[in-house]
Amino acid sequence: MFTVIGIMFAGIGAGYLLRRVGWLQKVGTSITYTIYLLLFLLGLSVGANREIVDNLATLGGQALLLAVAGTTGSVLAAWAVGNWFFKEGKRK
Amino acid sequence: MRGSLIVVGFFALGCLLGAGGGLPEAWIKGDASLYVLYLLMFQVGLSIGSDKKLKEILRSIRPRLLLVPLATIVGTLTFSAAVSLLLVKWSLMDCLAVGSGFAYYSLSSILITQLKEPSLGVQLATELGTIALMANIMREIMALLGAPLFARYFGRLAPICAGGATTMDTTLPVITRYAGKKLVFVSILHGILVDLSVPFFVSFFCS
Repeated sequence: MFTVIGIMFAGIGAGYLLRRVGWLQKVGTSITYTIYLLLFLLGLSVGANREIVDNLATLGGQALLLAVAGTTGSVLAAWAVGNWFFKEGKRK
Repeated sequence: MRGSLIVVGFFALGCLLGAGGGLPEAWIKGDASLYVLYLLMFQVGLSIGSDKKLKEILRSIRPRLLLVPLATIVGTLTFSAAVSLLLVKWSLMDCLAVGSGFAYYSLSSILITQLKEPSLGVQLATELGTIALMANIMREIMALLGAPLFARYFGRLAPICAGGATTMDTTLPVITRYAGKKLVFVSILHGILVDLSVPFFVSFFCS
C-alpha cells in the first residue's frame, strides 16, 4: 500500500518541479496506454484462471450487487445533501 | 463510452490469449503488472503535480461544494458496507475496496488485484479485482443511463454523485443535459476530487 501511494507522491513532487516542461502536459495520453497494457495483463491472468472463467456469472452477480449498492447509496446521499444544504438552488 | 469499450476490448483480448494458453508463466502470474502499476502511479502523480489548472480549481472551491463529493463517498461506502452482509464470501474491507473505485474501473481493479494479494492470496485477489472491474463498469453504465431518472426523483445533484470519478469526462455530457448547465463546474470539481480519492481509499481498504 505505502509503496503505491509513495510512488504517486514522488510523481506529484516531480510533476510539480517539472511543471513547465511541455511534454508533461501530455502525460494523460501515456496514462491511457499504460492502463490499456495493465488491463491486458489483468485479462491474461483472468483468462488463464479456470476457476474465474468458470465462475464469471457468479462474480458478475456479485459485481452487479455492489454496483447497484454504490449507485443507490450515492444517489440517496445526493438527495439528502441537496435537500439540506442546496435547497434555495432547487427549482419549484 | 468509446474509451470504456477500448479498455474492455484490451481486457477481453487478454482473457482470450490467457485462456488459449501457451504463454510464459511470468506474464500470467502478474509480476510484470506490479511494475507497470508502479509506472502508472508515478504517471498519475506527474499529471497531478504538473496540472496548472488544478491549483486554480482547488483555490476556487467553496466549502459547501465539498459536500457533493462527500455525499458520493459516504453514500457509496455505507451501501457497499451493507452489501458485505449479503456477500458472505467477501469481508467488509473487500466490499469497501470495490465500492471505493467510484466507477474508476481501470485503476481500482488493478490496485485491488495487486494490493489484496498479500492478505487474500493470488486467487481471491484476482477474483476481487475482476469483480471490481465489472462492478465499476456497471456503475458507469448506470450513471450514464440512469441520469434522467436520478435527476427527476432525487434532485439535480443525484446524477453527479452516481457518476463518481467519471463526472469530469465520460458522464459529463449526460449530467450537463439532465442536471443543467449551471452544475457543469460542480460536476467537474466533483469528478476531480473523487478521482483523486480513489488511490487513497482503495489502498487503505486493501491494507
